[in-house]
Amino acid sequence: MAAEVLVLVEHAGGEPDELSLQALALARAYADGLGGAVSALLIGRGAAGAAGVLGVHGAALALVAEHEALEDDTRFAPDAWAASLCELIARRSPAAVVAAGSDRGNEVLARAAARLDQPMAANCLAAAAVGEGARVTRLRWGGSLLEEAELDGVPALLTVAPHAVATQRLDAAAAAVESFTPALREEDLRVAVRERVAAPGGGVSLADADVVVSGGRGVGSAEGFAAIEELAALLGGAVGCSRAVTMAGWRPHSDQVGQTGTKIAPELYIPCGISGATQHMAGCKGAKHLLAVNPDPEAPILASADYAVIGDLHEVVPAINAAIRKAREAR
Amino acid sequence: MNILVAVKRVPMTGGRIVLRDDRQEIDTRHLGFTISPHEECAAEEAVRLIEAHGGSSTVLTLGPPEAEEQLRDALAVGVDRALHLVSDGEEWDPQATAAAIVAAIAAERDAGTRYDLILFGNESADAANFQVAMRVAAALALPCVSGVKAISLDGGRIRCEQEVGGGRDVYELELPAVVAVKEGLNLPRYPSVPGRLRAKRKPLEASSPQRPGARLRKLELALPPGSGKQARILGSGADAAGAVVEVLAELGLL
Ligand SMILES: Cc1cc2nc3c(=O)[nH]c(=O)nc-3n(C[C@H](O)[C@H](O)[C@H](O)COP(=O)(O)OP(=O)(O)OC[C@H]3O[C@@H](n4cnc5c(N)ncnc54)[C@H](O)[C@@H]3O)c2cc1C
Ligand SMILES: Nc1ncnc2c1ncn2[C@@H]1O[C@H](COP(=O)(O)O)[C@@H](O)[C@H]1O
Repeated sequence: MAAEVLVLVEHAGGEPDELSLQALALARAYADGLGGAVSALLIGRGAAGAAGVLGVHGAALALVAEHEALEDDTRFAPDAWAASLCELIARRSPAAVVAAGSDRGNEVLARAAARLDQPMAANCLAAAAVGEGARVTRLRWGGSLLEEAELDGVPALLTVAPHAVATQRLDAAAAAVESFTPALREEDLRVAVRERVAAPGGGVSLADADVVVSGGRGVGSAEGFAAIEELAALLGGAVGCSRAVTMAGWRPHSDQVGQTGTKIAPELYIPCGISGATQHMAGCKGAKHLLAVNPDPEAPILASADYAVIGDLHEVVPAINAAIRKAREAR
Repeated sequence: MNILVAVKRVPMTGGRIVLRDDRQEIDTRHLGFTISPHEECAAEEAVRLIEAHGGSSTVLTLGPPEAEEQLRDALAVGVDRALHLVSDGEEWDPQATAAAIVAAIAAERDAGTRYDLILFGNESADAANFQVAMRVAAALALPCVSGVKAISLDGGRIRCEQEVGGGRDVYELELPAVVAVKEGLNLPRYPSVPGRLRAKRKPLEASSPQRPGARLRKLELALPPGSGKQARILGSGADAAGAVVEVLAELGLL
């Protein structure tokens, strides 16, 4: 039997998630190394709709788990997902199982790994089968460090680092779709979402903002953020901060950019009074342009900056705000 | 109630990571050490829950002899006692780490301490395997929620909130349970001087488990390619504002 690589594909609104398409691309490369095929597991309402388009992303077969306990995405039950995945693994003996390195992908694969007592490598950039195992390149420290690692056993359980692997479009037929009903036990439904509370709307979300203006320890106080807020507002952007700021209680953690905060990917990132610790930079690698404001020309942040203003943010930022206003009035 | 918190000692890397020549580890000769912010929040939450509901909190680490520093840090912010699984200094893979933690929990149970709540960080700061909590929960047949940013206790149940796109998912679990948390759960307190003095006298029990063979083996570390960027200095102080506006115009943001 040809080797199979099984991919857990997350989806919403009848469309596969971008991160899952990236996982499919890594799975495709893994399967190619074995001369094998890729199949996908989809769970929950809308799965069948999202399944067909997976063909061009390299999946020949889409397996849709159908069970009333899996229908409603607002009642997500992670152990039931892991049980469904493990049932397919038992039935199909894949060479590898791949998921996106999303919150859900990591958590479901970790639960499956625990059930199977198999090793799992999270946030891989590349992976290939080697004997009864796999060799992977994975991210540590939120992406600040790469690790070459070896993993024992089949199936190799892998998640794929977000936005690190390019998605592919092949000239291929739609995936064949088959459904199955996993045998879920009561314990599999013990952990399930009870209620989804909508986020308070309004404002530009940090993760999606086109411009982010952040302040660090150099801001000196909560009040010191007034000029930074003004600059963000002038540019239609969001305010961010470093962990030094959240720990001081000047801003809420929801503003924190970094490894243990929010990952941002704006057109322009303006860190003011931020030194550029690796854990901060782990959150803003996706920024297209970076303009640093810092009095220290040796600050590590400058090594990642496209533009820099050397100076005290309390002078520089208000001056920028005034200059923007003036430039806009002149037009 | 009894709460256990698992933390891992990691280097504080600052602005630039330097690897050892053998590329097996970060060069830590000039670095301090800490734990993940997620784990700091876990320890803070344990202290708050015990303050509110009574009982005792315990911090556990699997790490080298020096990791006693991180245990004392947790004791200094109010955790009651510590368990040190003293390692040989090698990093244990996630399966071995989980097995050692499970064995320690079993030994505690045999000695009369049963944990109602076991708190983890969502992922370790350095290895970021995203799995030790789920492995421990599975081995103990306990319910587990990860990525948790708010916790409240109501009798024998725990309510956990997880951030998801567009809102928060709420879970309710029967205790005993395993919960992996993220920074933002609370604002951890800084250790006070009296807290540090008290921490020196709090009980710390050490044991030395044997490291099993690794099934996820680190071969080598590497630094990702640098940005290759050379910052264009737009000027100094307020005088640079005009040049900044020009850049904004170039980027179509004006
Ligand atoms: C596991 C782990 C996870 C972490 N996660 C995160 C995270 O998610 N996000 C994060 O940000 N940090 C994180 N950190 C903390 C990180 O290591 C740094 O401690 C933190 O980013 C430093 O914040 P800062 O740059 O504001 O402060 P500092 O490093 O103290 O830098 C302050 C900067 O301000 C400049 N400055 C001073 N005065 C002025 C002025 N008047 N005008 C302009 N500039 C001025 C200084 O030159 C300096 O460069 C994490 C740490 C660990 C160990
Ligand atoms: N060596 C260790 N000692 C104690 N706890 C650990 C250790 N390694 C991991 N953990 C715990 O498990 C969590 C998840 O780790 P990981 O699966 O490596 O991402 C961490 O945040 C810690 O709470």
